[in-house]
Amino acid sequence: MPVIKVENLSKIFGKNAKQATKLLDEGLSKEEILKKTGNTVGVNRASFEVEEGEIFVIMGLSGSGKSTLVRLINRLIEPTEGSVMIDEEDLAKMNKQDLRNVRREKLSMVFQKFALFPHRTILQNAEFGLEVQGIDKEERSKLAKESLDMVGLGEYIHQFPSQLSGGMQQRVGLARALANDPEVLLMDEAFSALDPLIRKEMQDELLELQDNMKKTILFITHDLDEALRIGDRIALMKDGKIVQIGTPEEILVNPANDYVEKFVEDVDRSKVLEAQHIMKRPETVDIEKHGPRAALERMRKEGLSSIYVVDRKRKLYGYVTADDVSAAAKQDKKDLHDILHTDVPKADMHTTMHEIFNMIHDSPVPIAVVEDDKLKGIIVRGAVIAALAGSEVSINGNHS
Amino acid sequence: MEIIPKLPVAEWIDNATEWTTDTFEFLFDFIKEDFGDFIEFFAEDLLMAVPIWLFIAVIAILAFFASGKRFGLVAFSVIGLWFISNQGLWEELMNTFTLVIFASLISVIIGVPFGIWMAKSKTVQTILTPVLDFMQTMPAFVYLIPAVAFFSIGMVPGVFASVIFATPPTVRFTNLGIRQVSKELIEASDSFGTTGMQKLFKVQLPMAKTTIMAGINQTVMLALSMVVIASMIGAKGLGQTVITGLQRADVGTGFVAGLGIVILAIIIDRFTQNLNTQKGQ
Repeated sequence: MPVIKVENLSKIFGKNAKQATKLLDEGLSKEEILKKTGNTVGVNRASFEVEEGEIFVIMGLSGSGKSTLVRLINRLIEPTEGSVMIDEEDLAKMNKQDLRNVRREKLSMVFQKFALFPHRTILQNAEFGLEVQGIDKEERSKLAKESLDMVGLGEYIHQFPSQLSGGMQQRVGLARALANDPEVLLMDEAFSALDPLIRKEMQDELLELQDNMKKTILFITHDLDEALRIGDRIALMKDGKIVQIGTPEEILVNPANDYVEKFVEDVDRSKVLEAQHIMKRPETVDIEKHGPRAALERMRKEGLSSIYVVDRKRKLYGYVTADDVSAAAKQDKKDLHDILHTDVPKADMHTTMHEIFNMIHDSPVPIAVVEDDKLKGIIVRGAVIAALAGSEVSINGNHS
Repeated sequence: MEIIPKLPVAEWIDNATEWTTDTFEFLFDFIKEDFGDFIEFFAEDLLMAVPIWLFIAVIAILAFFASGKRFGLVAFSVIGLWFISNQGLWEELMNTFTLVIFASLISVIIGVPFGIWMAKSKTVQTILTPVLDFMQTMPAFVYLIPAVAFFSIGMVPGVFASVIFATPPTVRFTNLGIRQVSKELIEASDSFGTTGMQKLFKVQLPMAKTTIMAGINQTVMLALSMVVIASMIGAKGLGQTVITGLQRADVGTGFVAGLGIVILAIIIDRFTQNLNTQKGQ
């Protein structure tokens, strides 16, 4: 059952917004509505569901409505139309008191520019949500300290925000959001204000934290690399509309339209594509039935200088080179065991292209993709280069 | 030949003042009597009962801590206050000090809530802004006239006129300070489910404190600047000495009393400013 269920959620800024929603239903674009009514469409009938424990990323360029969308979810901005169901309760129709309670207990938000209270210490900042709920001083101080320990700031509790670096400040932001143990974490460009190295560190840390806490996270970003890195699923937004929802692979491999494709073009594919996407079916010889002559014959036919050796169950033994095999054939040897090389460059199905690129650089043979000791495929240099250049890649990895 | 005859605006205002005086006589009388007595008690009995050397010592100690344990303000306060007492103006100083304290306190008590209200509502801001402009640009002398009508002469009408003249900066700066709190912080506060009051007391007011204190500093300065004017309607103090000097063409006396006001102004200004920078950190 989804934790967040958004249906037909729209936000139109300006007067007579209700009338303009009718035009949305008629399918008019953002520009047409602006021309006709003078209203700006912030979010155009967005619908999606977020499952429990999922990291759902909403990504788009600035002006695409993603920040508005996240604020519609905790109603920092009033929706014009549509519903936001959290645990089967519609936030859009709630009265103020109920809304406050949901914000206090179920939703927490992390902000792009941290939004820490400068007049409060780190501990007091982390306590804020609990203090608002009226939890007594000892209890909230204990919970806030736990939360700060979790993000590694346990020793800074009596400092003020201005004394910390950007990365540390955002950790406080995260600790503050986590302190009241919400079900849903809304993260609005939470790492965008940090420099690239720190950003990556924070992403890793978020994923690590998520492994333990299993929150439902709605993460807003304009950075596709970030989206692909941390998202379980990604929604792409343009002009207030959600244009595609899918897993990172689906979005990369199968962009829904030109807009998505444009986005994808900029992505550093080496970080996203995995071994399974670029491997191809291997030519092999069976150690139990093939001798040097058979191996030589197979290599000559396929134009290979080396070949992988497996058994009937495709368990990987190693590889043999053409030179060794022809020497063995001349000596009339029947067995491949003596000339087997076992220093195989191995990758698993999920090894990223980035790593493969480094491995393949100084490897004399193709890289073996192995799962449970079994040879699943091989990666040749050409496939890596082709994938990096952005040419066709298939998710099944049947061609390179 | 005038198409429109002269509008009897002055008469209207006279009538309105008269009506107010009559209708609220009980209130004005109460304020005049009891509050007047209290001010007198504070100035003549309380402050004057303190020996001069003790008063100066206390101010010196406060100055030491208020200025962050430096000696500049301490030295200035001690020399300045000693000079005023040396010139035989101590009682006048205590009266002026009382007037400034009460006028400022009342201004702040009225001004801060209005400033908050103004920050929370656009309508209130639209209405209050011209009113505040009016209060500040109207020549301060004019306030003396209704003040006398309501409270006759003495300290009380002096405080009344000073309050009208000195309140606007506190209102303005409170409004400004609250409005200056960044949108993200307000969102952060809202996102944790704060009520309006929680937001005001936990976020907006603490963050606006520096600005509000700057407004209060101005209010105190304006109240002090009313000292001479208020003495025209019988408020006792250094201002009265200045007026006397003026009437008798006695340059020396007037100048020395004026110097006393300057010394008091500098001490009060540095005190309130230092309080501000210290807490703002």
